[in-house]
Parts: sequence; structure tokens; C-alpha cells
Amino acid sequence: MKDRVLEVKDFSAGFGDKTVVKNVSMEIYKNRVTSIMGPSGCGKTTFIRCMNRLHELNEQAFHKGEILLDGENIFKKNPIEVRKKIGMVFQRPNPFPTMSIYDNVIAGYTLNGIKLSKEEKDKIVEDSLKKAYLWEEVKDSLHRRGTFLSGGQQQRLCIARALAVKPEIILLDEATSALDPKATAKIEELIVDLKQYVTIVMVTHNISQAARVSDYIAFLYLGELVEYDKADTILTTPKDERTEEYLTGKFS
Amino acid sequence: MKWRLIKDKLFKYSVILFAFAVFIPLALILFDLVSKGIGAINLEFFTKLPKPPGEEGGGILNAIAGTFILISLATLMAVPFGIMTGIFIVDFKKSKTAKFASFSVNLLQGIPSIVLGIIAYIWVVLPTGKFSALSGAVALAIMMLPIIIKSTEETLKMIPDYLKEASYSLGAGYTRTLFKVVLPAALPSIASGVLISISRIAGETAPLLFTAFGNPFLNLNALKPVDSMPLVIFKYAMSPYDDWHRIAWGASFVLILFILVMNLLTKFYFSKKRVKL
Repeated sequence: MKDRVLEVKDFSAGFGDKTVVKNVSMEIYKNRVTSIMGPSGCGKTTFIRCMNRLHELNEQAFHKGEILLDGENIFKKNPIEVRKKIGMVFQRPNPFPTMSIYDNVIAGYTLNGIKLSKEEKDKIVEDSLKKAYLWEEVKDSLHRRGTFLSGGQQQRLCIARALAVKPEIILLDEATSALDPKATAKIEELIVDLKQYVTIVMVTHNISQAARVSDYIAFLYLGELVEYDKADTILTTPKDERTEEYLTGKFS
Repeated sequence: MKWRLIKDKLFKYSVILFAFAVFIPLALILFDLVSKGIGAINLEFFTKLPKPPGEEGGGILNAIAGTFILISLATLMAVPFGIMTGIFIVDFKKSKTAKFASFSVNLLQGIPSIVLGIIAYIWVVLPTGKFSALSGAVALAIMMLPIIIKSTEETLKMIPDYLKEASYSLGAGYTRTLFKVVLPAALPSIASGVLISISRIAGETAPLLFTAFGNPFLNLNALKPVDSMPLVIFKYAMSPYDDWHRIAWGASFVLILFILVMNLLTKFYFSKKRVKL
């Protein structure tokens, strides 16, 4: 059964007079991993940053069209509400350097002024870290600074931080591109496991990674959505020539 | 071929020579200060008030207390305004007001301190009708502002965007991002900027001449005149009495010691606390 959570309707976005994402329409399905793939500069990061309205932080940014979250246009809602429901993990691990591991995980609550009891906090921290495969490694050093962890651990801490506020969707913006192969493998394994709790939309330029973790793949080329289908279909029998050329490495 | 090597060596040694030439007056000043100042230092120096000329002994408790009041008041006034202005200039850099503010800060830095003294005189002394610690602190606070604003500005520019984005992506607004993510990361650097500004104003005499005015008695009331270390040095060094000269040397020594401690604190304590980004 396919359940839509996010519906993109004739959506364009860009900076100044440069349109980076052009008339994209697609649907994102609940509890699935959707990869947005394409050569660098094709607009995938801009596109994903529109989904939680981070794109508009840039002063030159503009967008056209609608993105519906559970049927409601996110551009008509308060961006704060949107971002609580659609979390994000960035290319570079970015735990808050002044906070401990523990405080990093519950940052989504403290930054929004939500007061929790000690028991609630403990439970959220343990839950989120377990879901992010980090609990065993850090349970004895929860009150140390998050920046002491390795790159891969920091990225999993960021995933735990995003999970802690119980979002519907988590956006991963090339979340493994700054990590070594071992840390990458761990995060890929984690992504597949996470879809039981959340919907995942990820940007990647790594074809084999998209193949390993995604249920659906969208291929973006020069800002246009060339093809969007089940991962198997895209990878084995792409309909568009450009998709095939990209997959076979004719350009990247 | 050899000539090039000789030129090379020649240049290297002249660099060392010039550096050393700068170091000599510095060392002489310090030597003078310590050798002449240390003799004046004893317990009485810190705990007693000055005595009339002709009487031996006495201290500068009035000036130490006055300097403490002046610096505390000036810091209390300058820190909130300075940090807020720095934040404004960085976060609203596209606005005309911010550009104007940034320009004014540069200008403010170039205003002679005596002029700031006159301004504090007009702003505070004339309306209240009396010299006071408060008016002196206003003059000093204006001097601290550009230093605090600049250091806040430089620090905030160093805070990477990806940290702010992490906070925004969790649904935090501008204010909470500023207070819970950006400022905590910037705090050690901003604090060292404040310390630098304190050590800059600790030795200021000119803006205090017709504001804090000086006071030979111990006064802790901010609305009355107070003495300060540099004022004491100024007055005592100009006097014809040997004993007063001795006290001026002692006060200079204590002042330089205070500034040294401030600098060391900035250098070692706060650089260690600096947040790794």
C-alpha cells in the first residue's frame, strides 16, 4: 500500500535569476527511502532544502509551486512547524560544539523551549541513540562534548538529534560524503533500518549507495526530473536515455 | 652567487636587530617601573588613604576602589550595547543601518579620548550638576564600545553557517538559535574581547579629568567623584614631593601589573576555552 506523505506539485526554485529546480512534480511515500540522484549541480541539494524551507534562508532564494505535507502546503505554514516535522541531516556532521552528547540529542526540545522531566529526557536520549546505532558506543560518555566523537559517530549523533523530535520525514543531504567507507556502510545499514520509524528522502551522487538503500529513485538532470520510479526499475530498465547514460558512467 | 647568500644573511640579521631595538625601550620601561615601583608597594599602599604632603606613608585605596568602580560600571554599560551592535552588524549586514553602524564604529575608534571626556561632561556632569564616577564610566564605556563591537563582529563571522542551519532544521527560531547555539560558541572569544577593552581603558587619564575628577577620600557612591589609578599617577607625578613621586611609581607598577594579568588571562584561559568548531 502506497501512502503519500509529501507531494511536490510543479515546483521550481533557484537563486536570483537562476532557476535550479525546474517544474518538478513527484510524490514521496511513507516509510520508504527515496533517493534523489543526479550529476553535481543538478539542483538536488536545493530541491531537498526546499522541503524543510531551509532554502529560503538564502536572501536570493525564490520558489514557485507547492509542496504538500499530509495535504497541506508547507509554504502556507510556519517554517518552524514544517521543520519540526521534516528533520535534516547535513553533508558535514554538525553537532553543537558547546553541548554534550546528551544535550545534542535533546536540542530539538531545548531549542524550542519545551521543558521535559529528567525521566522523559533520559528516555528520549536513550531511544534516539539506540535507533541511530550509537547508544552502545556513547552510553558511558553521554555528558562529554559531541565534537570528541569520530566523524561517523558525529553523523549518527546528528541522525539521533533529528530522530529525537519524532519527525515524519528525515532529509539526508549527502550525509555520507564526508565519511570513510566503514562509517558510510554503518549509516547505510542504519538508513534501511530507520524506515520503520520515518520516511527518508536522501540526496546522493553515489549510484551504488542509492542502489543499496533506496526503494525509490528520482533522477534529476539540469534541474529537471527526468525519471522517477521504483529503485529496481530505474537501475535495471531506465526509460530515459539520460538516466541510462548517467548510470553507465557516461557523465557524472 | 655568494653575494646572494650574503644578502640573505644580512637581511635575516637586520630583522633580528630591529626586533631587538624595539625590545630594548620596552625592557627599560619595565625595568624602571619595577625597580622604582616595587619599593612603594606594601600593605599600607593598598589599605590606606593618601596622606597630606610632608607626612610619610599612606596609600592609594581611594584610587584602587575608584578604578574598580569605574571599570565595573563602564563594562556593565558597554558590554550589552557592544555585543548587541556586533550581532546587528553581522546578522543584518545588508541593511543600510548596519553599514552605517559599522562605519560609525570605525569613526568612534579614532576619536581622541579627551573628546569623549568632554562629551561625558556635557551628557552627564552638566545635567546632574556634579562630577561623578558615573560620568567617568560613560566616557570609558564609549571607548570600550568599538573594541567590543569589533571583536563580537569578528567572532560571529567565524561561526559557520552549518551550525545555524542545524539549529534552524530542528525548528528553532532566530532568537533561540542566537542565544543557545551561536552565542555560547562565540562566548570565549567575545569575553576575551571584553578583557582586552578593559585593559585598554584601565590606564586612561584624559577622559576622567573632568568627569570622575578625583577624590582623596574613599568613595563608593557612583554619583560622587572618585579617584582612579591613572589620575593618581598624573597628580602625584606632577607634584614637587618626593614621597608623592614614589606613590606615583607604585601606582604605575600596580596598573601595569593589572593590565598584564588581564592580558595573560585572555591569552591562556580563554584561548583554552575557545570552542572547537
